[in-house]
Amino acid sequence: MQLTVEGISFRYGKRLPWILKDVDFTIKSGQRIGLLGTSGYGKSTLGKILAGYEKPIEGKVLLDGRALDDKGYCPVQMIHQHPELAVNPRWKMRQILYEAYTPEEKLLQQMGLELSWLNRWPRELSGGELQRFCIARALAPETKFLVCDEITTMLDVITQAQIWQFLLEVAEKRQLGMVIITHNPELGKRVCTDVVRIDELGT
Amino acid sequence: MKKENILKVEDLTVSFSRYQKGFHKTSLEVIHSLSLEVNSGEIVAVVGSSGSGKSLLAHAVLQLLPQNAKTKGEILYRGNSLGEKQSRKLLGREISFIPQSVDYLDPLMRVGAQVQGVYGTKERQQMLFQQFGLAQDTQQKYPFQLSGGMARRVLISAALMENAKLMIADEPTPGLSVDLAMDTLKYFRNVADQGAGVLLITHDIDLALQVADRIAVFYAGTILELAPTEDFVKGGQALRHPYSRAFMSALPQNEFQPLAGSQPYAGNLPKGCLFAQRCSLCDEQCKSEDAALMRQVAGGKVRCIHAIDQDRNREIGNRHQAMAGI
Repeated sequence: MQLTVEGISFRYGKRLPWILKDVDFTIKSGQRIGLLGTSGYGKSTLGKILAGYEKPIEGKVLLDGRALDDKGYCPVQMIHQHPELAVNPRWKMRQILYEAYTPEEKLLQQMGLELSWLNRWPRELSGGELQRFCIARALAPETKFLVCDEITTMLDVITQAQIWQFLLEVAEKRQLGMVIITHNPELGKRVCTDVVRIDELGT
Repeated sequence: MKKENILKVEDLTVSFSRYQKGFHKTSLEVIHSLSLEVNSGEIVAVVGSSGSGKSLLAHAVLQLLPQNAKTKGEILYRGNSLGEKQSRKLLGREISFIPQSVDYLDPLMRVGAQVQGVYGTKERQQMLFQQFGLAQDTQQKYPFQLSGGMARRVLISAALMENAKLMIADEPTPGLSVDLAMDTLKYFRNVADQGAGVLLITHDIDLALQVADRIAVFYAGTILELAPTEDFVKGGQALRHPYSRAFMSALPQNEFQPLAGSQPYAGNLPKGCLFAQRCSLCDEQCKSEDAALMRQVAGGKVRCIHAIDQDRNREIGNRHQAMAGI
């Protein structure tokens, strides 16, 4: 499968400057592209457009040549930079995790998630624990592409290594395509197959 | 300059009370017998497992814990006990804080005004924004209009508005590019060199290695090892605790090899050594109460019964050799 953006431009308001201008970008299944660049240059914005959270003002996002469906489960899933902002504070973890699909217990174990945490509120978990829930939540069988926006910066290095080894294994097995936004060049070297700089995309 | 004790945490215990099944109340101990000092001119980095209570330590010092938290032990700021009243007075003036989450920004207030706060000036705010590469029009924006890295820099600027004596930074660098993160930490180094104490909670251990004086490794609610930064730079046998060694070897620039398993849950802690379940050196001794005690080994502190003082061993070895007349 192939996810393409063609000539997209984006800004957050009519009188605000363009954040992305005429950007072209393609990722194939099995590819892991590291997206690097200065803070504030639109890496997360591009991620949100890929996953369908924002609509580009110009240009198109195509999955195998067809526009992404607005309804149903989106095959392009995004894992956000700040997990505490990506969960509903009025839901317990069980409801948050099971919203899209029911993950196997084995998956939770592999992610180091305790079953007892399912009865907690989001504010009763640490940032790292929340992020692991967010990752598990995004790994439904329908997921074909993953946008990982700085997903492990708030985790300790052992958990980082655990999560990446696990994600890489899943990505290999399911031939997921991954867009990996990171500021850690050493991590980029370890996990990405290609590297793209945001300021070199578009004009 | 005479070294002054800025922050002293002694035998701190934090527990949360929770309701389970109706009115049945239980208490969960999340930080146990923790002692830590920060002196003037010093950066102490706190690294370690996520969910091990690093942020809770910061919140306990700042008296920001929620209502259902109970603390025991002592927290001293420049020799005086730090209670709720005192910390109200000191926060934002002598003690500054960089929170971990960017949702600590007020969503309904322009960030320029937030950074200036009650005591700050516009000039200093603009100077700091420039220092951290934020465009001048950023001050007119609301938090939702900022990217993750920009919001982070706003939080850092806010903490640097006053010349604080104690700065507590809870993961100040995620979302920042390596250069920017390094600049930020160098700024902290300056702050420390001018006589403040900095408690730096971070996961960017490679950056911490470049600026910190001492490093504390957290695990399951307490410090497993507290040692000078040089020992972490050397790595391997220079480190006293097997968890610290596993921690260093999980770095992407090292082996990127994760240690299996996860940190024990605070409600179900093992007896004796907290790390025993995941440790390759674990034996019967490790299950004794004694194993959990902090001991002095080779210029650092460690909670491991198997930690060996290599210098001392060598010395003893030499003495034995001398006695044997070799």
